[in-house]
Amino acid sequence: MTVAVPLLPSQQLAALNDAYRAAMMRKRIRFTVASAIFAAALTIAAIGAEVNLKTFFTYLGNFASYFDRILTLEDGTRVWTNVGEWFWGWRKWLALLGETILISYVGTLAGAILAFALNFLAAENTSPAPWLRFTVKRLMEFCRTVPDIVFALIFVIAFGLGPMAGVLAIMIHSVGALGKLYSEIVENIDMKPVEGVRSTGASWVSCMRFAVVPQVAAGFASYTLLRFEINVRGASVMGFVGAGGIGQELVVAIRKFYYSDVSAILLMIVVTVFVIDIGTGWVRGRLFGKDARA
Amino acid sequence: MSLLPPPERERLRSQYPEVFARPASARLATPAMISGAAAIFLFGLVDLDFSPARLVAGFHQLGWITMMMIPPDPGSSLPAYLVALGETLSIALLGTTIGALVALPVSLLAARNIVPSGIFRFPVRRFLDSIRGVDTLIWALVWINVVGLGPFAGVLAIAVSDFGAFGKLFSEAIETADRKQVEGIRASGGSALHEIRFGLMPQVLPVIAGQVLYFIESNTRSATIIGIVGAGGIGLQLAEQIRVLEWQKVSFLILMILVAVAAIDWISSKLRFAIIGRRAVA
Repeated sequence: MTVAVPLLPSQQLAALNDAYRAAMMRKRIRFTVASAIFAAALTIAAIGAEVNLKTFFTYLGNFASYFDRILTLEDGTRVWTNVGEWFWGWRKWLALLGETILISYVGTLAGAILAFALNFLAAENTSPAPWLRFTVKRLMEFCRTVPDIVFALIFVIAFGLGPMAGVLAIMIHSVGALGKLYSEIVENIDMKPVEGVRSTGASWVSCMRFAVVPQVAAGFASYTLLRFEINVRGASVMGFVGAGGIGQELVVAIRKFYYSDVSAILLMIVVTVFVIDIGTGWVRGRLFGKDARA
Repeated sequence: MSLLPPPERERLRSQYPEVFARPASARLATPAMISGAAAIFLFGLVDLDFSPARLVAGFHQLGWITMMMIPPDPGSSLPAYLVALGETLSIALLGTTIGALVALPVSLLAARNIVPSGIFRFPVRRFLDSIRGVDTLIWALVWINVVGLGPFAGVLAIAVSDFGAFGKLFSEAIETADRKQVEGIRASGGSALHEIRFGLMPQVLPVIAGQVLYFIESNTRSATIIGIVGAGGIGLQLAEQIRVLEWQKVSFLILMILVAVAAIDWISSKLRFAIIGRRAVA
């Protein structure tokens, strides 16, 4: 089917065409300038990070062969042909994985309790005084910006080697991260119940307990489960600095080139992280319906 | 507050039995869950060697450390720290860029609307999941074995772990893209590659650019810590100063990290708004 498309008179068309070309030109110039700045930044970064493509390509084979080596047992056979030999230390590793999960559990819960106590002071609509809100918010910001492993490094010196330092580091970090998320939930609540409770002459604590907490409990629980998931990953490397868990074994295996141990421990960590992800996803789905899973 | 007269109460009770007599399982669920959680918590405290004496001694020690951190003072190593900070920022920028560039083609393979067959998509997705299951610090250790100590190992570690994260995020962005524009390209006779280039990419690129910027921001944080295992940057200095108990330098380094992270946050949020507009920032 042929349809005649009515064309504009050429004078009008030329004006439109010019405007179009000018707009495209501006866009292209902006794009080129932005790419040039980005490329310059990358070049400076590459020099700063001592990137050496020659080393990279010389040793790239090593990266592939590293995976080949960690999947080979000492007698030269593939790891999966002799699972008993591959997972020779499974009792010890499972115990350490249990410790890792326990570290993140205790750290997350303790952090959640503290964040729960603090977040009402940091939320705009419930905070009793502006100076208190400011202080608590800055404190939380500090807690979540300093990486948990840096806290672990310091705590290992103060509390001695062992899982306690790991728990405290995860706790501090969780206070900062959860406190922010919690107070954001509190800022989005319906204030009418709070006014209702306050009009009966209730104290600040009762207002929080009977008007705010019922509205926010589900959201809090959902974020806490998510945080637990993140903290399991975090706890798996706490052992790198001596703060307990499976990380200690892993770092020893990597540094001392116990190749098949590396793959065994990595596999166990990845599987644990999967199981925890799926488990907390399932619990969140059960508790709060399907949309809370995202 | 006055109660209803007893006969009225009885009538309501018999009319709405489910309100007055909740089944035992519903009434007990919350206390049971709370006591279960508390029991595991207590078991954890015991199993992980928590004792009041250790806690008190530790906090005492921590108090001393905090006292010794004040005032923050870099001594004579300020230039070295600035170089290390530059190295950290370089690691974050390069690592994120490389990760994003490699992840883009792979994410196409993991997107449902590009590769409809689950047999191909499934292994790609699981592969990305397992890369994400391994922490950046572990990747740093592996790369140190391959290319040696130094910031380059850090760049590669960030690139690999971002590759896993970006692969997932990009493929989700591609899956939510509008179908109509792709169909338009096909209707005008475009090939499969044309569909991706002219139908999908214009929709997806702004989203991707926003995510990449956000990751540069969060990788500045990750890049500060990979130095702890020897992969360059300010983390290396920080771990060293903590080990030799130079607390004034430690607090100075922590302050430097906080300022750098805040600065990067600010720059990247400005850039994000410029690229995708204020409303689209997720």
